Parts: sequence; structure tokens; C-alpha cells
Amino acid sequence: MNNILKAITKDSFVLPIVAIIMGLILGAIVMLIGGYNPIDAYSALLTRVYGDPYDFGEAIREMTPLIMTGMAFAFAARAGLFNIGGEGQFLIGMTAATVVAVQLHGLPAYIHAPLAIIAGAIFGGLWAAIAGFLKAVRGVNEVISCIMLNWIGLYLANFVINHFMLLQGQNRSEDIQPSASIAIMWLSEMMGNARVHWGTAIALAAAVFFYVFMWKTKQGYELRAVGFNQDASKYAGMNVNRNIVKAMFISGMFAGLAGSFEVLGVFQYQSVMASSPGTGFDGIAVALIGLNNPFGIILGSILFGTLTYGSAGMSFSADVPPEIVRIVIGAIIFFIAAQGIVRWVLKPFYAKRKKEKVL
Amino acid sequence: MDVLTIIGQLINTTLVFATALIFTSLGGIFSEKSGVTNLGLEGLMIFGAFAAGVAGFYAQDAGLSGFGAACVGVLAAMVFGILVSLIHAVASITFKADQVISGIVINFLAAGSTLYMVKLLFDGAGETGLISGFDKVNIPYLSTIPLIGDVFFHAYPTTYLAVVAVIVTYFVLYKTPFGLRLRSVGEHPSAADTVGIKVNRLRYIGVMLSGALAGIGGATITLTTTGTFSHNTISGQGYIAIAAMIFGKWNPWGAFGAAVFFGLAQAVRNYVQLFAWTQSIPQEVIYMLPYVLTIIVLVAAVGRSSAPSALGQPYDPSKR
Repeated sequence: MNNILKAITKDSFVLPIVAIIMGLILGAIVMLIGGYNPIDAYSALLTRVYGDPYDFGEAIREMTPLIMTGMAFAFAARAGLFNIGGEGQFLIGMTAATVVAVQLHGLPAYIHAPLAIIAGAIFGGLWAAIAGFLKAVRGVNEVISCIMLNWIGLYLANFVINHFMLLQGQNRSEDIQPSASIAIMWLSEMMGNARVHWGTAIALAAAVFFYVFMWKTKQGYELRAVGFNQDASKYAGMNVNRNIVKAMFISGMFAGLAGSFEVLGVFQYQSVMASSPGTGFDGIAVALIGLNNPFGIILGSILFGTLTYGSAGMSFSADVPPEIVRIVIGAIIFFIAAQGIVRWVLKPFYAKRKKEKVL
Repeated sequence: MDVLTIIGQLINTTLVFATALIFTSLGGIFSEKSGVTNLGLEGLMIFGAFAAGVAGFYAQDAGLSGFGAACVGVLAAMVFGILVSLIHAVASITFKADQVISGIVINFLAAGSTLYMVKLLFDGAGETGLISGFDKVNIPYLSTIPLIGDVFFHAYPTTYLAVVAVIVTYFVLYKTPFGLRLRSVGEHPSAADTVGIKVNRLRYIGVMLSGALAGIGGATITLTTTGTFSHNTISGQGYIAIAAMIFGKWNPWGAFGAAVFFGLAQAVRNYVQLFAWTQSIPQEVIYMLPYVLTIIVLVAAVGRSSAPSALGQPYDPSKR
């Protein structure tokens, strides 16, 4: 009992919770200024997400790619790299999965679907590895190369769809082969045709992989060491350059998987996009809320997905502009990042706790 | 159309697209030279474009001429940019938050709050009312020079202002005591502190200047290109401006060159279809070309880092 109490009063647990509460309060204040009722709005948001099975399933669909792109950012961040290129890796992974899923015929489902998923992961990883390679070999700042790769990835994805798989007269690819689909049909039927898919299970498994790899293996230890101090790692005999490329590759795999889930599990085709979908950037927010920890990221994506999916219900039944949730999310990240402010708010409680210890 | 006219128009369009990037990357230079990473330039541009659209609309509504209303828009964007950049400054300088994260926060807040406010102000509409904005002006005498006159001396006033801003930024950074101090807190804050320079105060100024300039950068898009503000008025230009700043090695002239390069990249799309031999190239290849070129140039230019040494590190006097 005492241990549980200690665990939930730890700073790393208390500070994000308080930051989330402060973010929600700030959102409520903004709603009050705009003349809306925040209690109606928040309850409309929650009923939308958790009110009926269809919306619940769709909310899970919304959360799944965020878990993956969040882990993509966090994995690189643990190795001291700023992977802002989740967006491009997402799209390249998606495109690779679409190519495999549309172009290969006659494979049994237990080969075709995994093949498409693996293609998405590998190409997402390779796309990120370009940035890692350029940093390792030529010292090119990964932020700028990732920004460039995001744009290149967007146009490359459109190029592939437009020139090889375009559905006549439509702005999207042909449908994928049914054998490549990872939708869970029976569950989907139970949930009013919500687009639930196996990607969610893979995402949860990937979180476990992230944890085990990063904290329980030698390779993970090396990545974290490089993240802490490149010079010291080099002195200790680690190959810094190889670790940078490796970290980016695995990071990109996560983002690429997110992209392949969207095609194989949700849409069953890929659209020609005028601009990036934003899933990669949202993943950064999720990773920040989850403090770059895989299980934190799962919780972060539940929060993020609940807010974004629920915002539609909020504007429908309480007439509040859905953009308010972006403000709430921004505020939450702000308070998590600027922990000094949260500590300052919590000061009276901290003083109390110390007194108890003295007694 | 003959080739010379097309090239002339291309350069002219390039300057239009480059203007916003020049302002914003100069803003980035001020912030980063003082040692504060600013990934929030995208958000600051969004806020600037929003403020210009709203203030310009109300000024025009109140009876100001198109030019007067546009000037009000620029001023509003500047002020708004400064105010928003203070969020970044307070979090990253005073509370020593991760500078990258607090920059991203600005981007998140920008995307949400500007649209929220637009919906409040314009009865639920997704964009601001249309304004006339700036018109292209002719520079007396110079604009009558054949060819060159049409290309360089018939442009939006904001473009000229951008060039002036480059010169002023260069002068301020490298020829004034203030610039020396600003650079010194970005290179070696504790050394600067020991000679009596107020590190955090200068960093605040650096961030606020970046807010002002990025705000103006966003405003130029509303006031010259779109005429309204909506969710896609700014779509990634802030990130391109960051790229231009890094590409230009944190030097005002370098950033200017890089911004013009990216401007050209955006402009060239409009002219590709005019030649027979370019029509066979897939559109997407032309779209991605500038970004590929950037990477090639970065790889070719020896990766010597020229970022300010103390970039990204909050200053803590007790660790001196």
C-alpha cells in the first residue's frame, strides 16, 4: 500500500497529471471567454467518445497511429536525435504498404498482410535512416534534412499513386487486395462498422518492444548512452555513427507502421494528398505528453485521441469550435515542458509533504 | 511569350514567395543567435497572418484605404507576434523548459487558437473577410528600365521592406554593441555574464524580435497573396524558413539567399507548364526538386556546424 502511494505521488507521475488538469482548465477559461459552457462542452466530448460502441471503435482507430508516430519521435529522442520527419516516414511507409497490398495478387492473407506491414515498416525506416546517415556521415542537422524529407516524401507518395495505381477518375489509389486487409471484421460488425484493425494490437506490442529494447538490452543501452553523451560513448568504444543510423531506422519503422495501418486497416486505399496529414507532427505532441516513455505514450495517445475525436461531438452538440482542443493540447504540452510553472502551482502541497516527513 | 519575359515574371514571382521566408528566417536568426532555438516560427507566422487578416479587415471596415489597412495589418502582426513569442520566452528562458518543446507548443496553440478566434469574430466562418491588401508599386524612374524595371522595381512594398530588413539585421548583428552582446550570449553566456551582460534580458529581446519578424512574415502572405486568413494560409513556410536559416548558416545574407532559393522553388511550379520540354517531367518531380537540391547542397557543403555554441541550453548562473 505504501509503495503504491509512493508511486502515485512521484514527481514523474504527479506533474503530467497536474499539467493535464491545468490544460483542461485553461481550455475551459478560453471557452468561457468565447461565451461557451465548458462543462457542456467537455461532457459532450466524453459522451461522443465513450457513448456508443461505434464511436469508441473509431476513437481507438484515431489513437492507434498516434501511438506509433509518438513512439517514432520518442525512440529517436532517447538517442538524442530530433526526428521531426515522422510525417514523411508515415507517408513513405504507407505508400510501400499500398504498393504491396495493391500490386501483389493471389497471396494467402497470412502472407500478404504481414508482407505489406513489413514493407511499410522497412521503407519508413529507410526513409528515416537517410536523415540518420546524413547526420552520421556528413554532419547534416537532422532537423533540416527531416523537414526536406517530409516534403519529398509527400510528393514521392503522390507520384507513386498517380503514376502506378490511380483509380480511374478518382484522386486515390485502387483498392487493396482483400488478402492484405488487417481489418477485424467480426469486431467491426459488433461495433457498428467502426474501422477497428489489428494495427492496434501491433501498436501495443510495439510499445512492449520499445520498452524491452531500450531498457533491457545492450543495444538499447548503447542508444541511450549515445543520446546522453556522444563523446563519452565514443570513448567507451561505441560506434556512435552506427547507433545514430540505427536509432533513426527503428524510429522510422514505427512511423512507417503507422502509415501502413492506415491503408491496410482503415481506408483500404491511399489518397493523393494535397498536404501532409499531420499524424507525424501529432505524434510529437503525444510523445511529449508521454514523456518519451512507451507506456506514457499509450496514455498520451488515449488523451490526444479522446480530445481530437471527441471534439467533433463537442462542436455538434455544444456548438463549440473543435479547434479548442488544439489549444488544450498545446497548453498541456506547455505545462509539461515548463515544469517550473507546475511546481510553482504545487508549492503549497510540497511544503506540506516535507513537514509530514519531518514528523 | 518569349523566354526573357517568362524569366522576368519568374523572378518577380520568386520575390513574392521569398518575402515571407526572408522576414521569418531573419527572426529565427535573432532568436538563435541569442541562444534560444525557435521551432515556433511556423506558429508565429500563423499568428502574424491571422492578426494581419483580422486587423486589416477591421481597419478597412473603419474606412481606411487598402494601403492604410494593410499597414495596420503589418503593425498588428508585429505586436501579436511579439506577445505570442513571450510564451516561448517565459517557458524557455525563465522556466528553463526545453526550447524545442516550447517552440512546438507555439505551433500547436497557433493552429488551434487562430481558427477558434476567427470563428468567434466572423460568425462561425472558417476564414477572415477578404481585404485588398498591398498593391504592387513602381519605383519612380527605375521601373521604366526595360526588362529589369518590370522584374525588380515593380513589386510589393513588403518585398522592398524585406531587403531593407536584411541589411538592417546584418548591421545590427555585426556592427553594433547590441549585436555583439546578443551574439555573445548565444556563444558563451557565462563569459558574457561575467562582463556584466544581462544574459536572460538579451535572450528575451532576441525571442521577441523573432516574434515581430515572423509575425510580419506571416502578415505578408495574407496581405499580398491570399487576402484572407484561413487554416491553410500558412502551410509549412515556417519550417522552410527554419531550413533557410540553417541553410544560410545563421547569417542574414545567407538566409536571404536561401529564402530566395526556396521562393524560386515555389514560383517555378507556375511556369513549368509553359514549355513543351518541361511538360514531360512529372509534376511531382518538379515539386520535390528544391528539397532534393537542398539536401544535396547540405551534403556537399562540408558539414561544419556554424550554429551558435550555446544554442538550446537554458542559462543557469549557478552552474558557472
